[in-house]
Amino acid sequence: MRNYTTVFGSIDNYVKGGVEVLDDSPKNYVFSNIFEVAATSRPYERVAVAKNFEYVIECARAEGTSPWYACAHDEFALAMDGTVEVHLVKLDDADAVVDPEAEGAHQLDELPAGRKMGRVVLGKGHMALLPQGSAYRFQAEKPATMMIQTIDGPVTVHKWAEICQTEA
Amino acid sequence: MAMKEDMGDHAISNPNNLPLQSDFEIFPADNETGYRAFKAGSFSFSRDEYFAHIEYPKGSYTMPIDAFLRALMRDVAWGFFYGTVNFDTVFGTVNYYGEVEMFVGASNEAYRKAGRDYTERFRSDELMKIFREMVGDWTNEGYDPFAAPMETGVPWGEKKGNNDDAVGRQRVTAKRMVGLPGDTPKRSDEGGHPVNRMFRDVTQDEPKVEAEPGFEHEVAGFNLFAYLSRSDVTWNPSVCSVVRESLFCPTSEEFILPVEHGNDRVEWFVQLSDEIMWQVKDKETGRPRANVTMKAGDVACMPADIRHQGFSAKRSMLLVWENGSPRIPDLVRKGEAPVVPVEF
Repeated sequence: MRNYTTVFGSIDNYVKGGVEVLDDSPKNYVFSNIFEVAATSRPYERVAVAKNFEYVIECARAEGTSPWYACAHDEFALAMDGTVEVHLVKLDDADAVVDPEAEGAHQLDELPAGRKMGRVVLGKGHMALLPQGSAYRFQAEKPATMMIQTIDGPVTVHKWAEICQTEA
Repeated sequence: MAMKEDMGDHAISNPNNLPLQSDFEIFPADNETGYRAFKAGSFSFSRDEYFAHIEYPKGSYTMPIDAFLRALMRDVAWGFFYGTVNFDTVFGTVNYYGEVEMFVGASNEAYRKAGRDYTERFRSDELMKIFREMVGDWTNEGYDPFAAPMETGVPWGEKKGNNDDAVGRQRVTAKRMVGLPGDTPKRSDEGGHPVNRMFRDVTQDEPKVEAEPGFEHEVAGFNLFAYLSRSDVTWNPSVCSVVRESLFCPTSEEFILPVEHGNDRVEWFVQLSDEIMWQVKDKETGRPRANVTMKAGDVACMPADIRHQGFSAKRSMLLVWENGSPRIPDLVRKGEAPVVPVEF
């Protein structure tokens, strides 16, 4: 039986596809590559690579230790390559840290009072819950690529013209 | 491909001002082929050893039975999905979330120009019942319309048994995230999900989870790539994580998406592994607009005014990202929502 090789990408080894236009603008497809975005972004710059009304998928270059973040709703982190640790703290007064009506992740100046929940060590393809009412931060010894399922918020960076295909 | 179960309360659109059809019938098995025939409104469906035949007031239409069953299976499994499910360039359904239109030629420029297009309107649950009966009766023992062609039997020939386990699969819809206590479980050999032959090289490790006492229900993770490597279906996304109406619906893909999906809202793809080529056509006319080649790590949106069909030579992992809000189709129809998600 044939042995198949599954092709994944990584921050330092990826091949992009693209849009071949027949009767359209390539900009309509908002085409980018998350490994390229991670490779060309600052650590933990949370760059939107997909947006659908208020919802976004952010791409982040994990490298070193991130700031603490908190969010009024669940988020999910997916490691696309490398190793990323997620540290979680249950906030004593989550509503005082982030308005419960607010959307998206909020960067915290310091870690508010709370109880340690634990940690998750993500390898390639692993997904973790970033639960509502908690604070979290990421750690990565080596540069890695993360995707975050969330809502457009104050830390979401929009730089579409830099990351997307614009020429046919 | 992964409709949210609860679409909420909303007014059902009837943009073509059509009356609701309520005439349905299932006929006895044919003496020669053994297959039943079906009627929904003015549409009649029958199959023989090679083809599905559709009779409608303006004529008749024929599809190869393999293509018809693969498309019918998705339409059933996806609950008519978001927008238009084109079984091919002629026949299909349009979802209005509670009601559905079934058509011949309505999204085909030549049929419309010739006045051969025809559409009727149904309650979704009533048409779904007929579609379920049809896919159940027309699927023979050993054939799985969800499976890649190299992994299943053939659909041809006279009626021979059935495959209710395959066509009756329950769609996976995580409420929060796969693997959380009380949510949809991870896949395993023991659970009947062996690793697919094309994903044998995919690492099966799990994230290291260290939860303090009392937080075991929220400090959680799972190996999404391993989960997808164990999928026994193709082109059938399932909800794996949920942020309000934001649904991560990853799936494994091989061969051809059995339908041309006509979007009624923006849909996003993230290619997690390998490669898919998408042919993109105009939603109304079917004229080609673009070819989009996606390799691992690529992200692309499908605008709300197109139809698309994917080709995957090797089994690949695709993250389909949907916004499940029931408000969006009306916003798009009224021109209050952009057909592309981002202007730059």
